Amino acid sequence: MKPTDTSNPEYFHKVVDCQWGCPAHTDVPSYIRMIAQGQFSDAYMENRKSNVFPGILGRVCDRPCEPACRRGRVEDKPVAICRLKRVAADHRDDITERLPKAPEKTNGKKIALLGAGCASLTVANDLAPMGYEVTIFEALDTTGGLMRTNIPSFRLPPAVLDEEIGYILDMGVDLKLGHRINSMKDLLDEGFDAVFVGTGAPKGKNLEIPGRYDSDRIHIGIEWLESVAFEHIKEIGKKVLIIGVGNTAMDCCRTSLRLGADDVKVMARKPRGFFKASEWELEDAEEENVEILVNHSPKEFVYEDGKLVGMKFDLMEYNIEENGRIDRGTSTGEVVIPCDDVVLAIGQDNAFPWIERDLGIEFDKWDCPVVNETTMMCTRDGIFFGGDSAFGPKNIIWAVEHGHQAAISIHKYCHGEDLHDRLPMGLNLSTQKMGMHEWSYSNDYDGVSRQLVPHVGLKERFKKLNIEVELGFSAEQAAEEVERCLNCDIQTVFTESLCIECDACLDICPVNCLTITPNGEEQDIRARLKAPALNPDQALYVSGALPHTARVMVKDEDICVHCGLCAERCPTGAWDMQKSTILVPYAADEAASDQPQAATGGAAK
Amino acid sequence: MTYIAKPKISLPNLPKNELGLTTRDYEGAVSTLCAGCGHDSVTAALIQAVFELDIEPHMLAKMSGIGCSSKTPAYFVSEAHGFNSVHGRMPSVTTGANAANRDMTYIGVSGDGDSLSIGVGQFVHAIRRNLNMCYLIENNGVYGLTKGQFSASADIGTKPKKGLPNQQEPIDPASAALALGATYIARSFSGDKEQLIPLIKGAIMHSGFSLVDIISPCVTFNDHEGSTKSYAHTREFYRHVANIDYIHPTEEIRVSYDEGEALPIHLRGGDTIVLRKVDRDYDPTSRADAFKHLRDRFNAGEITTGLLYVNEDRAEMHELMHNIDTPLSRLPYEGLHPGNDELQKLQSRYR
Repeated sequence: MKPTDTSNPEYFHKVVDCQWGCPAHTDVPSYIRMIAQGQFSDAYMENRKSNVFPGILGRVCDRPCEPACRRGRVEDKPVAICRLKRVAADHRDDITERLPKAPEKTNGKKIALLGAGCASLTVANDLAPMGYEVTIFEALDTTGGLMRTNIPSFRLPPAVLDEEIGYILDMGVDLKLGHRINSMKDLLDEGFDAVFVGTGAPKGKNLEIPGRYDSDRIHIGIEWLESVAFEHIKEIGKKVLIIGVGNTAMDCCRTSLRLGADDVKVMARKPRGFFKASEWELEDAEEENVEILVNHSPKEFVYEDGKLVGMKFDLMEYNIEENGRIDRGTSTGEVVIPCDDVVLAIGQDNAFPWIERDLGIEFDKWDCPVVNETTMMCTRDGIFFGGDSAFGPKNIIWAVEHGHQAAISIHKYCHGEDLHDRLPMGLNLSTQKMGMHEWSYSNDYDGVSRQLVPHVGLKERFKKLNIEVELGFSAEQAAEEVERCLNCDIQTVFTESLCIECDACLDICPVNCLTITPNGEEQDIRARLKAPALNPDQALYVSGALPHTARVMVKDEDICVHCGLCAERCPTGAWDMQKSTILVPYAADEAASDQPQAATGGAAK
Repeated sequence: MTYIAKPKISLPNLPKNELGLTTRDYEGAVSTLCAGCGHDSVTAALIQAVFELDIEPHMLAKMSGIGCSSKTPAYFVSEAHGFNSVHGRMPSVTTGANAANRDMTYIGVSGDGDSLSIGVGQFVHAIRRNLNMCYLIENNGVYGLTKGQFSASADIGTKPKKGLPNQQEPIDPASAALALGATYIARSFSGDKEQLIPLIKGAIMHSGFSLVDIISPCVTFNDHEGSTKSYAHTREFYRHVANIDYIHPTEEIRVSYDEGEALPIHLRGGDTIVLRKVDRDYDPTSRADAFKHLRDRFNAGEITTGLLYVNEDRAEMHELMHNIDTPLSRLPYEGLHPGNDELQKLQSRYR
């Protein structure tokens, strides 16, 4: 194998699994260390730099970082990254002084943002401080988009939304509530320099089976949740069936319990393991005694005397193929399950009835706009998409990242620059050695298990719709949980010219991830390491030829716990522990780079 | 030394031996030796060897004297017995322990100072008795604990960090052991675990005195240019003559090497090792050949490593003394003590 090219920022970035897994590249280990030192405001600001809504995301993020977390490969449970984010938000001081502000004079460029959800707000957050005149058009009378209408208040209190959205609006954003855009053409005539569409995927999928339109007790999940959020709906029948088993279904079943239902069943077409809902959302629903019935495929609605009394399902049987795929299944019988109400939570679609089709905006066969994944621009110059409206339903953190990228593109577009000529990610490495055996970070491995977030009691929480169920970590729990972080951003950096091949690092490594071996092909090397490298998704860090024997040092990045013992036991300093800071470019960096220079990772803000 | 202990992480795919233990269960305290010390690699090899031999920790005795090397027993198999004796007196203490309980495995870890200077008399007599033990010398050519004076194994012409080169003839423990009639003699290098681990395993399973002389560089006082016991010098001049593979009793013996190069050797205890010659002309079963080869290669400036000599025909101490198979420590008091009447009779014979 060739020596690993660590000058490519991607290499060390990928070692930081959480940051690599996060669409917005939040520097998780850094903010966890800040929490450990009680610097909650700093931790909050570190989060805000990349994910803009730490308080919101600390509660309801889809957490792609957690399944990626290395701790989950060393032990069974990842670090509770999301909950620690909330700790930073809960314990921060007033940080308003530290927020970016709009300059006194604008730059004269007018940007229209459609929808006041997380994608548009992120664009505003990035552009307003640069002097852009930003206008947000929102159809509803309130901000937040799906974050407010679809996420129940017992998971995300409106006060949290208002505060973090307020930070952005206070940057001098012109917010037009209750202002539905009914024609893209008319909007374009208003002379905006660029338009960003962040209108989400607002159309709940329907279920076209017999009896669908014969009752007003059959609801479409996201519309129903919105009506609940705006208190247009305040009750539901005793027996409720939720069709679908995604995260919206989890919100629907838990909301039903708070509106008077006492028998809520979630009807899944497929077996467990094929659910769309996140593991923790399923757990939270089941904690509230929601029953999840698997292998039930909806067939028709059942009526008696014109009243909805139940639903008929096919009982399904599936074959799971060797590659883990599931077949279409066969019906083995039917069953009728009684109910008073049905909520359909089987997905949502984009809908753009308000975009005229003769504007040069190309739509694909699913009637979605064709959007460039790098620039977020559609086929008509100057119109950008982000969030669910760009590529269909994803999640908040993806919408935020879309917003950042769109902001960069909008800036470049307004300045006549090539949208594809974007600043690359940068990387800084700095040693963390403080003394003989002292490191700037807590390098000892702490075997403590993942802390459980305390919940409001099962009786108490149902008294009102908006009682937040999760209480957040106590100070003691947070102190324990931060120590579980393996500091994957403190990289093991090797200098082969210094190595005397004494084996000290190999002998001390607690996870046997180091080997000195003759060079060879990757497959071959993987098989003859001290502990065979079985996870091909994780890189091997291969040195050049060592001075004494021309063998190579190989590190399997898979389960390194970054304890720094290799560096401590190294007599020559060939191993060093260095903090890798991934410099993620934002719109402000692009502006600063008009005189070319590297990205500052948001420092320019 | 290091401030934090090697973290105990129970990785799910860590191999287990027949006792259900992992290598982590055979570890000891974290080393307080200098970072990069060869002795720590020897410790790692020892841990691997006793793990692979399925040795029950409570049936292992770790013996040592004084010196950097003699700290080693603290760093492996915490659950085993250990004795840190007076300087150079480890062989006597081991003799006593072995006399009392012949069932245990005895691993003595010594150094060039402990074995070749203050303890040289003890060393040679342990060989003479063919004491059943595995005797490791962590050989670095200097007194590391007292800041790097030359030891008795320093080669002529080797340079210290400061001062004049050594002029005195070195004692080569392997040649000395060969002359004294030791029955298992090996030499290896702390930086070559592939060779070292099987040699240690063979030494542990050998019945009688087995010596493994391990070049184990002193990273602090003897790893500079001009030193003949540095990592760089050892790597440049060491040569394998004959390596071994230890065959686990549950494995079938597969002699997969070229005909004539691989030779199974059946140990007295019933185990088997497979000798793998690197130098076709070398015969580790011939004492005369071994001696000549060692001297010739030594004079040529080379460090000969591998299994240098093995003899499975000589009886070990207990057999020579016709002792019973049961360890004396397990005999009932009545069996060991003849009683007052018998002693009186015995006394009267000399009156």
